[in-house]
This record gives sequence, structure tokens and C-alpha cells, in this order.
Amino acid sequence: MNNWQNFTKGLIKENPILVLLLGCCPTLATTTSAINGMSMGLATTFVLTMSNLCISLLKNFIPDKVRIPCFIVVIASFVTVVQLAMQAYVPSIYETLGLFIPLIVVNCIVLGRAEAFASKNPVWPSILDGFGMGLGFTMSLTILGSIREILGSGSIFNFRLVPEDANTILIFVLAPGAFIVLGYIIAIVNKLKTK
Amino acid sequence: MKFIIIIISTILVNNIIFAQFLGICPFLGTSKKTSTAMGMGAAVLFVLTLATLVTSLVNKYILIPLELTFLQTIAFILIIAALVQMVEIILKKISPSLYSALGVFLPLITTNCAVLGVALNVVTKEYTFGGVSHMLSLAESVVFAAGTALGFALALIIFAGIREHIDLMEAPKGMRGVPIALITAGILAMAFMGFAGLV
Repeated sequence: MNNWQNFTKGLIKENPILVLLLGCCPTLATTTSAINGMSMGLATTFVLTMSNLCISLLKNFIPDKVRIPCFIVVIASFVTVVQLAMQAYVPSIYETLGLFIPLIVVNCIVLGRAEAFASKNPVWPSILDGFGMGLGFTMSLTILGSIREILGSGSIFNFRLVPEDANTILIFVLAPGAFIVLGYIIAIVNKLKTK
Repeated sequence: MKFIIIIISTILVNNIIFAQFLGICPFLGTSKKTSTAMGMGAAVLFVLTLATLVTSLVNKYILIPLELTFLQTIAFILIIAALVQMVEIILKKISPSLYSALGVFLPLITTNCAVLGVALNVVTKEYTFGGVSHMLSLAESVVFAAGTALGFALALIIFAGIREHIDLMEAPKGMRGVPIALITAGILAMAFMGFAGLV
């Protein structure tokens, strides 16, 4: 597999959310608006790229039996970096995403890529793999966030599409809307896949 | 009284799945049969309560006195991973029947964001009960964790019951499996919204 394929497979063919169904919790919880979804996606992309880089560099030094705890420590360190940086520079977004920033640690995508790809491959492909997967994740979160924001609050990226006093379908920014929108998106992807 | 409010609030009003979106992966993964759902529910109840007790103690007596609270995420995930391993080993030795019932679910729980989520929540967030907001005490944290786990089990068992019926019916091709399950979960979440304002 060449570098280009390593990068693009995460975007569509092995999209972590729409195809592999990994990391559902932040997907549902943080996509109340397009901007929230995108911030969460970018934070995860950073952790994914950096942890893939580190684990790929360390793969020959980590004993096979304790590899999972080692991976978790590496991932948790980068999550703490992101957490502190966001708290300092974008406190409002940090406030909205809240608990889901530290919870990147237990996001199955990050540990999944470390185990399945970075622990077996050289540095450069691992970085591309992590970055591609992260962008695929960001893309799905942004799409989901946009749909919920348009239907639920009548705006996109805080840009209003309908008059201030128009009635919007509030249920889409609340909990049930997350499940329903994701369900329909996956149904559409399934339909396209079978063609 | 306070404990009853915490339990009602964690099970129904702020249900961990339908209101907080924690633990969705095992919720979708282990809800195909009611019996599996019950096993998973019991395992989560056990581990979540124990993990919250241990992490709260570590936070209170080690991390706060040493001013290391920024290490919470790293410390807690390691404690949870070690705890799950230990529980597995102890159960195997002292209660093989319980081990064979919960065994397959235990390793899954380490990466269940519900456990880390609740552990982090009880030590960082302030909760308001009866008009006074304060950090949860140790006993309250444990009740909070147990209530949350019961809410998880309740959601999982209801959902598994519904899914068993969905499997018998003919859904459109693209909708089968996960999509129809997610939409059902959405409708269940709507039902749970009815509990808002209960406490």
C-alpha cells in the first residue's frame, strides 16, 4: 500500500464512524452544532496523529506483553496536552465539549489505529494513517453537526439561515436527534455501499 | 433523602446513555439479546461502582495533596485498567460461576467511556441538591456511580428487548442492523426526555 492510499483510506473507504462504527460516544454527544463537531474532530485528529507517530517510533522498545498499557499512557499524555492547550486558548469550546476531551483516551479509534497500524509500520505511513483517519472522523462529525444545526437551530457555523423568530425543529439539537440523524446517515451509506 | 434524589436523577433524568451519551459502543454491541444485556449490565454495575470508589480515594488522598490534578486522566485510566484485570483474576479464583457469567464482558469495560466518564465527573463537577451546589462526598460519589450503572443496565435491557422484536420484522435493506437500532434509540431517548424536571 502506498502513502497516498494510507492517507485516503480513512476518509471514505474505512471511515471510522460511517463504515467502521468506532467512537460513537463523542460523535453523538458533541455534534450539537457544526463548529463543536469540527473542534472535537480536530482535537481527536491531533491525538491520533501524535500517538501514531510516537508509538511507531517506540514500537521496537515496547515489550509485546505490556503494549496495551504503554499505548494508553502515550495516548493519555497527548490527551492531557490537548486538554491543557484548549483550556488555555479556546476556553469557550473547552467548556462546551467538557468531559469529552479527556474521554478521547477511551475513544476506540485511537487505540485501534495504534494497535492495528502504528505498532507494525514505519513512522511516515503511521503519521499519514493517523492524519487520514482523524480527518475522516472530523469530516463525519462536521457533516453530522451541520445537519443537526441546520434542522435544529436554523443556522450553520453560527451563520443564520432562517429569520430570528422562525420555528426550528428543536429536537435535533437535543439527545434524540443525534441518534436519529446518525441512524439515517449510516442507512444512506449502507445503501450506497451495496450499489 | 439526598441519596434517593441522586439515584432517581442518575437512573431516569440524566440517564447515562440517553442524556449523556456515554457508553454507546457497548450499548449497541451487547444489546442483541436480553440475556447478554443483563450480563453486561451487572458487570458494569460492579466495575463502575468499584472504580469510582478507588479513583475518588486516589484523587482525594494522593492527587489533590500533591497538586497533581492535571494527571487525573492518565492516573484514572491506568487505575481502571488495573482494577478490571484484578477483578477478573479475583473473580476467577473465588467465584467461578460469577466469572463465567461476567467473564467475557470484563475486558470490554476498560475501554467503556462510561467508567472513565463517571470517575472524572464525580471529582470535577459540582452538583446541586436542594438548592445547594457542592462537590460530591465519597459516599455520594459511590451512590452516584451505582445509580448511573443501574441507569445503564435499565437502558440496555429495555433496548435489547426492543431489538429482539425488531429483528423479526422486515426493515428496508439499508436500514437493517445498526441504522434501525440507532433510530429506535432516538425514540427511546425522546421517551426518557419525559423524565426531565422530575427532580
